[in-house]
Amino acid sequence: MKRRNFLYLSGIGAASAMLPGVPVWGNPIHPDELLSPVDVALKKQLADVALNAARSKGATYTDVRIGRYLNQYVVTREEKVQNIVNTESYGMGIRVIANGSWGFAATDKLDKDSIAQAAALAVSIAKENSRLLTEPVRLAPQKGYGEVSWKAPIEKNAFEVPIKEKVDLLLSVNDAAMKGGADYINSILFLVNEQKYFASTDGSYIDQDIHRIWPTFTVTKIDQKTSKFETRDSLSAPTGMGYEYLLPRPQDRISGGMTPLYKNRYDMLEDAKSAVKQVQEKIVAKSVEPGKYDLVLDPSHLWLTIHESVGHPSELDRVLGYEANYAGTSFLTLDKWESKKFNFGSKLVNIVADKTQVGSLGAVGYDDEGVKTKKWDIIKDGILVNYQAIRDQAHIIGLNESQGCCYADNWSSVQFQRMANISLQPGKEKKSIDDLIRGVKKGIYIIGNGSFSIDQQRYNFQFGGQLYYEIRDGKIAGMLKDVAYQSNTQEFWNACSAIADESDYRLGGSFFDGKGQPGQVSSVSHGSSTARFDGVNVINTARKIG
Amino acid sequence: MAILTKEEARALMQKVLSYSKADECEVNLSGSDGGNIRYARNSVSTSGGTSSGSLVVQSSFGKKVGVATINEFDDASLEKVVRRAEELARLAPENPEFMKNLGAQTYDPPPATFVTSTANITPKQRTDMVAQSLRIAKENKLTAAGFLENSAGYSAMMNTSGVFAYNTSTNVNFNVTLRTEDGKGSGYASKGYNDVTKLDVASATRIAAQKAAGSSAAKAIEPGKYTVILEPAAGIVLLENLYFGLDARSADEGRSFLSAPGGKTKLGQKLVDERITIYSDPNDPDLPTSSWNGDGRPMKKTTWIDKGVIKNLSYSRYWAEKKGVPALPGPDGITMVGGNASLEDLIKSTEKGILVTRLWYIRPVDPQTLLFTGLTRDGTFYIENGKIAFPVKNFRFNESPIIMLNNLDALGKPERTVSGESGVHAMIPPMKIRDFTFTSLSDAV
Repeated sequence: MKRRNFLYLSGIGAASAMLPGVPVWGNPIHPDELLSPVDVALKKQLADVALNAARSKGATYTDVRIGRYLNQYVVTREEKVQNIVNTESYGMGIRVIANGSWGFAATDKLDKDSIAQAAALAVSIAKENSRLLTEPVRLAPQKGYGEVSWKAPIEKNAFEVPIKEKVDLLLSVNDAAMKGGADYINSILFLVNEQKYFASTDGSYIDQDIHRIWPTFTVTKIDQKTSKFETRDSLSAPTGMGYEYLLPRPQDRISGGMTPLYKNRYDMLEDAKSAVKQVQEKIVAKSVEPGKYDLVLDPSHLWLTIHESVGHPSELDRVLGYEANYAGTSFLTLDKWESKKFNFGSKLVNIVADKTQVGSLGAVGYDDEGVKTKKWDIIKDGILVNYQAIRDQAHIIGLNESQGCCYADNWSSVQFQRMANISLQPGKEKKSIDDLIRGVKKGIYIIGNGSFSIDQQRYNFQFGGQLYYEIRDGKIAGMLKDVAYQSNTQEFWNACSAIADESDYRLGGSFFDGKGQPGQVSSVSHGSSTARFDGVNVINTARKIG
Repeated sequence: MAILTKEEARALMQKVLSYSKADECEVNLSGSDGGNIRYARNSVSTSGGTSSGSLVVQSSFGKKVGVATINEFDDASLEKVVRRAEELARLAPENPEFMKNLGAQTYDPPPATFVTSTANITPKQRTDMVAQSLRIAKENKLTAAGFLENSAGYSAMMNTSGVFAYNTSTNVNFNVTLRTEDGKGSGYASKGYNDVTKLDVASATRIAAQKAAGSSAAKAIEPGKYTVILEPAAGIVLLENLYFGLDARSADEGRSFLSAPGGKTKLGQKLVDERITIYSDPNDPDLPTSSWNGDGRPMKKTTWIDKGVIKNLSYSRYWAEKKGVPALPGPDGITMVGGNASLEDLIKSTEKGILVTRLWYIRPVDPQTLLFTGLTRDGTFYIENGKIAFPVKNFRFNESPIIMLNNLDALGKPERTVSGESGVHAMIPPMKIRDFTFTSLSDAV
């Protein structure tokens, strides 16, 4: 059954007149309807209405995004399912250039009149804005691709997995934690499916189907004597995968260390069993002595440091000042890039941007302004060599085409520059986690991401984690708590003294990278192998209140 | 979607409930029309207009519950979303914490949250306001980045047990950052109201301009403990973690800064300086908020912290029933009581201290002490002998709002303030605090 059967019945005389051949049909809809995509031919017709309407009002460029955004959340605690939620949002965003200025309008009414009205509003906003323009928008050339499509290479669509299976998994995880001695556990499964269609006056009609999954939990243990409590969060990563992420395979488990670690696939039940043991260890762990330590950082932790200290400052919109009022600017100013010798990190540090990486959150075939995605260097042998740019910025860094970093989090949001997957490349020499720890005299091995904060130009940061292990003379000497490290981005990356090899490479990431006004979220992955950073300042975060 | 009148919303929700085959059904409906304009590098950048609506349907069979949402409002879509919620409810295991529908409620007359002049803002008006801001930036040889947004919206709720609630509201928010051309100085101002006639874009931009020019060539001083004056925009981002964290359940469960040994809580205990009183009042003329909360409970004036003592904690309906106490919804429209002193008065009374315009990137470090970290931003100044002496480089802090409110020196006059972190508005006074903990320096401007 095609979704076109019922979609456009709203206010719908006009729509059905405009779209001959779309049957008007109103029988009850089975929930499985969620799985049927909107018909591509219908989306093309709707997009053409918007493109033509904007052109007739004076737009010199128009792009249209028709988005259907599906989410599912399963929320549990202990033995209880607190909520099961399906959300759906469907509508159209129209972006135009008129009088050299951008304008945007969005509507959730997809009849011909409402689309034409939204297109006219976008053009009128652009014309109003052009009064304040200092320089007309300059778009990097982009060829039209005609009618094309891209689907995330998932193995098992999580929306097709029965609710019961998802509930049973979370409740078995909770049960294992409670039996292991946890006081509380909260666990959640987030599923996302973006079905998005892009059309532009360049001649592209692009249909894409994107999936994301994030299973996560927090285990809490309370010390009844002191009323102190500790938590341990899941070591999962949100990924651009289907339900296969939750079907563990032996080859994806990294064992032998302080806790099982996971690449490509995640064993949620096993991680919960580890978590409940570790949260009890945390209660009685030694409070850290502040000072300088060599840090060995697991990819489940390091992804967030990469995100904040490399991903954000290399976003060209920040460098140029477009985010000055909110997310901030960047210390990676154009003169540093132009010099071709800005020493961002040690020679070991190679960082790439990659919008094509399979299984990553940022992977798409085409970005939200119709640019085919790619992979490029940001930091090469420690030197800043490039940024992340979109079509109206490409000329500023001498590019003839966009790097494909444009994204909007919804049909109702205007697309703008968002972070590509930004990843630290593995070390070229064969090195394991143990090899990295063995070289440390006084250090801390950190697993999992915790508290995080960085300034608006991305110099000064502070990070915590989930698990902290003291390293003394090359060996793990027990668990620590109350740990956070503070550093300066350039000093930190120049202190990178070792990176484990490719066999340890794993992805971490976030569903909720925030930027822009009005605020938008974006999902992005960051890969790395375990890496070592020498002589980093560690503070003790314990305090007393009344 | 357009803003539905009370009667239109009622009719639409009655239609949704008419499709229900569940034991109980609850519907939340909302919609908004709005526009925004964003500028940077002294020129307009992105902007737009959005019209959207959302329908949330919760269906339950006994204690089995499912929720589905949609933003299409034709009859077939309305029926589809009801069926989808029911299907999820049938598939869900029983939730022992599920509460049956609220019965019919009586709400106070709606506070003055909707202002027609704000609802009627046009793209031209937005552009005109931003033009004033850009003019001031250019006159002062500064680079502006800013944001102006307005919205008008409604929210409504109905269930199969007699609840019907409806509210409309308007909002306009303006914030601007001005930077010196050499990138060495930066200043910020932020204002937000229900009523656009209260918004003075030019005056806010001038404040940001003064801060930008005055903060250029900042000196580095050693991190450590300092007396600070937190402007309301700086204070709110720490305080909101306190007043939005006054939840009974997490305190009772032993996993909150309000937990006490032996399974007890700090309810009724003095936690902060006796000059601290924090309440919420939906009818506050300076900060009107909805007369009902998201789950249909009436919102009344509530004192949360009274003369330093934790007076009330919020209770979900489930937790209230379990504990045998009234189900008190969490706060909206917060006021922190202050005095009559202006910011200038607080500066004049300070021998040595640091004036903080804004705090940024606030993140929790330790939930049991409510320790947060973050940084100063867009105008940090050293005060000597009652005057601003020179700008200082930004700091990272590690501080708890509870420790901070025990180190209170003085409070000024509360003003309507927009949180740069959550976007929530509150009435917050400027505060003078002793021994505020800065842990490192930042090179950021």
